Amino acid sequence: MLKTFPKGGVHPHENKFSAHRKIEVLPLPKQVIIPVSQQIGAPSTPVVAVKDVVKTGQLIAKSEGFVSANIHSPLSGTVTKIDFFTDSSGYKRKAIVIDVEGDVWEDSIVRDSSLVKECSLSPEEIIKKISDAGIVGLGGATFPSHVKLSIPKGKTAEFLLINAVECEPYLTSDHQLMLEKADEIMVGISILMKALNVSKAYIGIENNKPDAIELFGKKAAEYKGVEVNALRVQYPQGGEKQLIKAVLNREVPSGGLPIDVGCVVHNVGTAFAVYEAVQKNKPLFERVVTVTGKSLNNTANFMVRVGTPVTSLIEAVGGLPEDTAKVVNGGPMMGKALNTTDVPVTKGTSGILMFSEKESDRKPVENCLRCSKCVYVCPMGLAPYLQMALSERAMWETLENQHVLDCIECGSCSYTCPSGRPLLDYIRLGKQTVNKLIRARKA
Amino acid sequence: MDINTIIITVVTLVALGLVLAVVLFIVAQKFKVIEDPRIDDVEAVLPGANCGGCGLPGCRGFAEACVKAENLDNLFCPVGGNDCMASVAKALGQEAVAKEPMIAVIRCSGSPDKRPNTSQYDSAPTCAISSMVFSGETGCANGCLGLGDCVTVCKFDAIYIDPVSKLPVVSNEKCTACGACIKACPKAIIELRYKGKKDRRIFVSCINVEKGGIAKKSCQVACTACTKCLKVCEYDAIRIENNLAYIDYTKCKLCRKCVTECATNAIHELNFPPRKVKDTSGETAVKNEENNA
Repeated sequence: MLKTFPKGGVHPHENKFSAHRKIEVLPLPKQVIIPVSQQIGAPSTPVVAVKDVVKTGQLIAKSEGFVSANIHSPLSGTVTKIDFFTDSSGYKRKAIVIDVEGDVWEDSIVRDSSLVKECSLSPEEIIKKISDAGIVGLGGATFPSHVKLSIPKGKTAEFLLINAVECEPYLTSDHQLMLEKADEIMVGISILMKALNVSKAYIGIENNKPDAIELFGKKAAEYKGVEVNALRVQYPQGGEKQLIKAVLNREVPSGGLPIDVGCVVHNVGTAFAVYEAVQKNKPLFERVVTVTGKSLNNTANFMVRVGTPVTSLIEAVGGLPEDTAKVVNGGPMMGKALNTTDVPVTKGTSGILMFSEKESDRKPVENCLRCSKCVYVCPMGLAPYLQMALSERAMWETLENQHVLDCIECGSCSYTCPSGRPLLDYIRLGKQTVNKLIRARKA
Repeated sequence: MDINTIIITVVTLVALGLVLAVVLFIVAQKFKVIEDPRIDDVEAVLPGANCGGCGLPGCRGFAEACVKAENLDNLFCPVGGNDCMASVAKALGQEAVAKEPMIAVIRCSGSPDKRPNTSQYDSAPTCAISSMVFSGETGCANGCLGLGDCVTVCKFDAIYIDPVSKLPVVSNEKCTACGACIKACPKAIIELRYKGKKDRRIFVSCINVEKGGIAKKSCQVACTACTKCLKVCEYDAIRIENNLAYIDYTKCKLCRKCVTECATNAIHELNFPPRKVKDTSGETAVKNEENNA
């Protein structure tokens, strides 16, 4: 019996069309737009001015405070504008525009692809390097990685968990990266273990990726203390709390963090970025993005520079299929629909999905049947129907007592509701308002 | 049945009733809450809408605040208006400062024909969620979402969404300027302005802060901050900030010069009689008729 998390969860159609498609390098765009806020936390401050000439990998925006991240130029060229540009939400946010003139890398970056296994740096030096390289969680949440690695006083990390679950349907970027860069990822994991000073690491992989499980099983045998865990396919197993429960059977307390149960969770893509940053001095300026859709003949996994317009990704797979009704940034469960494709790829873009009319249609909203399906599927053990009702009625204090802030926004409730009720939309509104209330109370 | 049973029952119940009445009386005396009787007097003259427009929890809360306060300068019931405040002042033996009556205005006129949709929103029909998810169905990130959070929140039935323009319309008669819609609007489109003589008002019906060209591209009736109105205003009532003109209602003398000057028809006049001069036979006159209807 394979491990999984015991409470809730759903199993949507996997539709991993782009599986086993080799990672292709996308042709360089003519212009890149780099938002200064690509991470959770404070937006970064630009350190370049208009007309500055930048090299690939040069720092262009520096982190603003502890929970923030550096941003580096993805290509070489000239900074033409620092202004407000539409991002994936449709709102204008500050961004740096670079007219691409070539691909001249900073001299400090090691460009040969030979594997460097040895790392003689101290944990502090490793964390410093990761922080300098602007690495954020590449699973999609974009939480700055150095923050997770800096263990607060009084807490100790026992285990490192590597999230190679990729529980979102459609997405294959992590899967393909694992198949192609297994050695680098393993070194990245050992570096992370050293930074955290832990002796045990678990790699969680869902069993819809048997080739990755087998490959990593072999690789892990070469490294001390690394163990591969095959997990039963269940969404949202890629959530930190669900992964910890599935692998270690430990439960993160309400309002707590994984470190409260001695765990630190990093995405497999982040492990690869850590390898490149620490061993090759390469900052994070490119990532793997899955471009897929049911009507596409030519799905792909691209290695994309940050700031590349989504339009050029779509063009690279042969343009938008005619029946496209929605373009989604991210996975189908947690991603957000775009209202224009003229937005840049950011550090958190894991996929670009094209949905047809039929797939994207939302069911008409009907009354709640009290069937309690949402309660059964909620992986956090909440009562989504109740939280939606409270949010609709603006009963924020009651909502706070119902632990609305524990919701991980996985969307299992909305996915499963037979009445097509927009449960997660209302819960998100509730979370946002409750957060505001809590902040106001502290002030 | 035995007659004695009936007598015993009656006597027992009467005795029990008397004993409990005495107990209740003593308790009531012991725990009596002494309240300022003026609170009741003030509450009696308030409208009783419990809308929270005064910023206090309901009419009782407002009455308590009035009684406690030394003067009524900072307290105002927008629903009752000056008449109501005068009665409150009379009940308390104080003086109330008369305030100009206010009304909510909608600062967006991007109807579907003026501001075409670029995407479609299919989630929960509330503005709060829509604005949280993305910038809106049209090219304008500042404009009205048309989902009617202001309508839901209005306790006086004073706002409705016009089925043609898909924009909220405020009723002159019903709006009490309680400000509930202003708090509910996530795009901060609604503003309280002077109601004006004969309900006549002039305001910039746009809050798009984009640069002129971009604003005009997404919406035909957007304010492009061309400064024409600024130049024509004789009373220094117009200022331009963030690519947007704003008419200060405390300074505006309702001369209507800016309305004719506006190139995009972003400045609206409400409840004015049609213009007499013949050269306004075009769009403005039509607009007048619409507004008066």
